[in-house]
Amino acid sequence: MTTIPFTEPLGTAGSCAFSVAGTTENAQDIESLAGAAPAGPARIADRVRRSGQVAQVRPADATRPTAQVRVGARPTGLDVRVGGGVGSSPQRPDGRLKVSGEFAFSSDLWADDMLWGATLRSPYPRAKLTGLDLTAAVALPGVYAVLTAQDVPGRRVYGLEHADQPVLAGTEIRYQGEPIAIVAADHPETARRAASLIKADYEVLAPVTDPDAALLPGSDRVHADRPNLLRHVPIRKGDPAATAPVVVTGEYQVGMQDQAFLGPESGLAVPAEDGGVDLYIATQWLHVDQQQVAACLGLPQEKVRLTLAGVGGAFGAREDLSMQVHACLLALRTGRPVKMVYGREESFFGHVHRHPARLRYEHGADRDGRLVYVKASIVLDGGAYASSTGAVVANAATLGIGPYDVPNVVMDAYGLYTNNPPCGAMRGFGAVQACFAYESQMDRLAAAVGLDPVEVRLRNALTTGDRMPTGQLVEGPAPVAELLRLVRERPQAPAGADFPPGGTANTTRGEGVVRGVGYAIGIKNVCFSEGFDDFATARVRLELVGGRPAALVHTAAAEVGQGLVTVQAQIVRTELGVEQVTIAPADTSVGSAGSSSASRQTYMTGGAVRAACLALRARLAARLTALGRAPSTSDNDKKGPFLSAEEWVGALEAGALEETVEWRHRPTHALDPETGQGDAHVQYAFAAHRATVDVDVELGLVKVVEIATAQDVGKAVNPQAVAGQIQGGTAQGLGLALMEEIQVVDGMVRNPSFTDYLLPTIMDMPPMRLDVLELADPHSPYGLRGVGEPPTISSTPAVVAAIRAATGAALTRVPVRPEHIVGA
Amino acid sequence: MTCTVNGVPRTADDVWEGESLLYVLRERLGLPGSKNACEQGECGSCTVYLDGTAVCSCLVAAGQAVGREVVTVEGLSGGPDAEPGPVQRAFLAAGAVQCGFCTPGLIVAVDDLLSRNPHPTDPQIREALAGNLCRCTGYEKIMEAVRLAAGGQA
Repeated sequence: MTTIPFTEPLGTAGSCAFSVAGTTENAQDIESLAGAAPAGPARIADRVRRSGQVAQVRPADATRPTAQVRVGARPTGLDVRVGGGVGSSPQRPDGRLKVSGEFAFSSDLWADDMLWGATLRSPYPRAKLTGLDLTAAVALPGVYAVLTAQDVPGRRVYGLEHADQPVLAGTEIRYQGEPIAIVAADHPETARRAASLIKADYEVLAPVTDPDAALLPGSDRVHADRPNLLRHVPIRKGDPAATAPVVVTGEYQVGMQDQAFLGPESGLAVPAEDGGVDLYIATQWLHVDQQQVAACLGLPQEKVRLTLAGVGGAFGAREDLSMQVHACLLALRTGRPVKMVYGREESFFGHVHRHPARLRYEHGADRDGRLVYVKASIVLDGGAYASSTGAVVANAATLGIGPYDVPNVVMDAYGLYTNNPPCGAMRGFGAVQACFAYESQMDRLAAAVGLDPVEVRLRNALTTGDRMPTGQLVEGPAPVAELLRLVRERPQAPAGADFPPGGTANTTRGEGVVRGVGYAIGIKNVCFSEGFDDFATARVRLELVGGRPAALVHTAAAEVGQGLVTVQAQIVRTELGVEQVTIAPADTSVGSAGSSSASRQTYMTGGAVRAACLALRARLAARLTALGRAPSTSDNDKKGPFLSAEEWVGALEAGALEETVEWRHRPTHALDPETGQGDAHVQYAFAAHRATVDVDVELGLVKVVEIATAQDVGKAVNPQAVAGQIQGGTAQGLGLALMEEIQVVDGMVRNPSFTDYLLPTIMDMPPMRLDVLELADPHSPYGLRGVGEPPTISSTPAVVAAIRAATGAALTRVPVRPEHIVGA
Repeated sequence: MTCTVNGVPRTADDVWEGESLLYVLRERLGLPGSKNACEQGECGSCTVYLDGTAVCSCLVAAGQAVGREVVTVEGLSGGPDAEPGPVQRAFLAAGAVQCGFCTPGLIVAVDDLLSRNPHPTDPQIREALAGNLCRCTGYEKIMEAVRLAAGGQA
């Protein structure tokens, strides 16, 4: 059924020549440096000075069609001329491109002779695919290929933790939106129409949608060959039968949040002369994509070469594959470059979401509010495929009682399969769901013992030397109490707000509006956990350019907006004293950097860049010594320039120096499967929030008036970027508190659009007051602590606590809806 | 279709009647600066001027732009080698750019705001930019950028 009579002959197997962009400033320098760098997978036939400029490229083989390719190398091939080392906030090297519209995002890529891909997706959450008729699709003029599961030449499934997700569905449909067939055509609309002309026959089945029911022994299985329980992480600390005079219980729910990055899933796959493929892609982790794509294509990894295209936000949603394999399959089949760009509706089906959760907690305390025990059960709905559910479950379990010192803990966290949309990574990764529950519980406990909400938290605050429920010792600074005091001591928000609840809609003149203030604090692990071999690779090259030293940094680390390209250059400048630093395009021709997730990239790739610089310092010193000159500044002195101008020339005139370093954080360990004991995490990070809200108690409308937040970042490597992470993370937490939910009914997504999935606008966000602590972690580069996720975690419960304070409503579910307030 | 884009008469051939102005700009005229985040008028990332009015180019059918004057973010920047304008400098100085996908639309929207109201109050800024979604920054640094640009400090 998949033999495709092509409406036009197969295009000549593409040997597309590439224009890899250099930079605007001092192009000569960059040409030299980039030329010295690893050539990369694509044959580089020409260079252009900017990504927006389409270069006419003459391919080596004149019989092949001339290719024009505009690829996203410019965004990462960045020349950092502006000053600034660690601790300063130099301008982003990609900033000028981004403000002028010249930065090439993955959806901006273009190649001469390029085709467009489109995807047919299942309208049902659970069904058997009983037939596919491709005739009409194939017959549509302009269509070049229609492919189904049988056309996947390699492994037909992929996945981050378990390879359980089909590239294209075979007979089993497990969620609404599951890809069934892919089309390549000469216009995106033609491709979409062809996909809609595919006649698919389904035997529709009743979906498994209730997470609690899915765990019952009699439940239908989502995957016939395995139980619905994907992972159970138990944690046992102290006495499981401990009792206490004050007991508060609660059941909480967290809705399914979407990462809602603005840049849709997209990329360009270009078939190569060697039978492989070059993929220009927005992702969080090039190498894990490469492994999965190569396996599915049945190609060796070296024939599947990935280059990072401009990434329009990620937040976890680009950890799993979306269109990567599809675009490559179509490119290899048609011999033409294939671009795929999801629209917003498709994007809602194209990536995993934050796990919705049901959380049941019991907190026991003495009459002074000191916690005696916590018992909790957390059920995380992983949806149809595993994605990273296992790791999310472990996070929810190990961080699930919050940053508190509790002697007795009985915790069980479960992740399971259903026919709901697949869930996986999103900023906060299991810690978000738990924090809403445990912080809601802390407020209940405060009320039960008659204490101020901050005071009850202070009495239980985790501190250095305490042990987590896993038995792991809390090393280094753990300023839980200090962060709480900082947000408490901030001056209260002024009485008037810019807008009342309801914004400019004139829903109130202030009658029925009540103010409330709420607090929360959260904890997050940084880097990968549970014994994962977590490393990052960095290559740093030094050479003389125009008689001056210049550095080229090459990593595979994904710049997703967080400012990693800036930070890498800052580190080089601090460690080597080299003013000119170029960040090479991220690609798979250098070793893995690991994922831009888990708040880990400054720690890990930053650590690798630093280690490579330190290795270069040693080699520079050796060269100078061999020349009979001692370096003017000792290796340990980072305050002054490392070498004088003359010494640089002396050290490098014999040739460039290059070091590639694979850098690891200290090892972590697996959790005991029965007790959950083990040193599973590398580093903990903490943030606290105070939210001030005005609530129209008659209409149930909420306006957040102000947010005060405090976070320990260990070392603010780039203070402006740190503030940006805290503010942006807080906004995503506010969104979960008040509006953001993928509404799923019977396995069907009801609101896959930005009209119906609400995101915080500039009208919804309040002014934010920031306190940033820099308490060095003894184990990390520069003492830094991962920054990206903690602010997302505690902002949600702080906003909800403030609404409770204003209204007295119980509010056990996020996002809070008007009817939860009015109906209270 | 023929229209004036950033001061230059441009013609796109074989435009299918269902194409949006955004598609024509991005895919036919080589101007991908205007972005495609939602393509339903909710996010503002595709904001351009059409005869001087800021619009979501995803909601303008290509045919509606025939004979009219379009200015995109590329037109505001004065070319890739030109110095950034005051709004662009303000976004850079304030750190209002992270992933940058919302940035082109915001640059146009802020340019439009300041041309109508050179010294907006904070509530006026928020109201003017309510149609531009940003997922990275939480908007604080965008507010700073607009204040900087309005104050002539960028």
